[in-house]
Amino acid sequence: MSYDLAVVGAGPAGLTAARVAARRGLRVALLDAYATPGGQFLRGTAPPRLTGVDVMLGQRVWAVEKSSDGFRVHASTTTTATTLLVATGAHDKVVPFPGWDLPGVLTAGGAQALVKGERIRPGEEMVVAGTGPFLLPVAVTLLDAGVRVKEVLEANRPSPRMAAALALVPSKAREALGYASRLAAARVPYRTGHAVVAAHGEDSVEGVTVARLTPGWRPYAWRTVDCDTVAVGYGFTPQVDLLLQLGCAVAGDHVVTDDRQRTSVEGVLAAGEVTGVAGAPSAVVEGALAVHSLVGEPPPRLLAEKARLRRFARALDLSYPVRDGWRDWLTPGTVVCRCEEVTLRAIDEARDLGAHDPRTVKLLARPGMGWCQGRMCGHAVAALTGHEPAPQKRPFAQPITLADLTLHDREDNA
Amino acid sequence: MIEFRFEGRPVAAEDGQSIGAALHAAGIRSWRTTRIGGRPRGLFCAIGACFDCLLTVNGTPDQRACQTVARAGDEVTG
Repeated sequence: MSYDLAVVGAGPAGLTAARVAARRGLRVALLDAYATPGGQFLRGTAPPRLTGVDVMLGQRVWAVEKSSDGFRVHASTTTTATTLLVATGAHDKVVPFPGWDLPGVLTAGGAQALVKGERIRPGEEMVVAGTGPFLLPVAVTLLDAGVRVKEVLEANRPSPRMAAALALVPSKAREALGYASRLAAARVPYRTGHAVVAAHGEDSVEGVTVARLTPGWRPYAWRTVDCDTVAVGYGFTPQVDLLLQLGCAVAGDHVVTDDRQRTSVEGVLAAGEVTGVAGAPSAVVEGALAVHSLVGEPPPRLLAEKARLRRFARALDLSYPVRDGWRDWLTPGTVVCRCEEVTLRAIDEARDLGAHDPRTVKLLARPGMGWCQGRMCGHAVAALTGHEPAPQKRPFAQPITLADLTLHDREDNA
Repeated sequence: MIEFRFEGRPVAAEDGQSIGAALHAAGIRSWRTTRIGGRPRGLFCAIGACFDCLLTVNGTPDQRACQTVARAGDEVTG
């Protein structure tokens, strides 16, 4: 059967959209790669009730294509729908540093997922480092799990813009205060203008070098901190693979939508982090607005709420950028591309040979050609070649076997 | 709780837990080495994006440890 709406991604945006659409009488399919809905944000919480929605879990969507009467969504089965909503979220962004490929270095989101979703303690003694307000809930989650959090290091400095943004969204201000008081009660120092600039150890992390940073992130005044695990996060990268496959217009790292979540491609909607990282409350609003582009008019209240949360997200973006000084943390031998083990030296050699853009550097030195397809190092390689990071086209959004491909081919011709 | 085997040795996992999380919690932090530098690899992103945590499950290679739910009796190798 064909659906009115296929939603890819069962996080806050996708769940909301599926629920609202079902309530409006649309035939809805909701697909997610995980065995339980919720996405990263709601991992480990009680599964939400979804009445009237065909929920398809464990479905890793590897491609979407336009067909004569809508879209074909390919996972381990193929789902067809008139309209497609992509709500595939984001993954952590990490800047490279010496030792960042040692086991025991985790992304901040990964460390949190291990507690919330997997119910394990990612480490015994940990340092949390990076930039952005997400570091606070990560540190608190780790504390609650019994981890000894030694320090939380925010590379940026407090910004007046951020204070103004918090005044815009009082609930966020309360949330931040709650985290801060929890850290203070546990005597965990929160240091701005500091970063983990190297991790040390033989087979696993045994300690890190912490440096003070200039406002542009150049390191000075180094010291070492013993710990067995590090959680690092420098913001998020929207997962826009499926939207790029369909040719949706992008701006920076995200997909462009109108006020009702319509992308530049007819019939394709996008909601949540893929439209620009803005957090779960914004994703919920966008999920609902996406359905209003199909049925009825968007309530002015939702439009106003979206505008307010977007202003807040924009202020966050401007307050917690990744600043160029991180390049000074690297040595020539630092691995930049983890999959292909491409060092800074190899990237510099490619540039010396005349590679002046990320694509030519990739062709000469292979960063981004491995299993992750540049998901981890893409932004860093772009920055190291003097370019703005841009989303990369990936014809396959997930790895699939040749056997799966031939199966799809047979179904197509059946 | 269920039990699977990593390189022949028993590892406990909670119901629904990934192989990667169970190994990490058991103190096994790396389960493969890289092709060029022989560097150890284990969990990094833990949400299926980085492909650092690849291992072989019941003979099927290149499975993401963080995305593969542990089943009783699984034979896992690096």
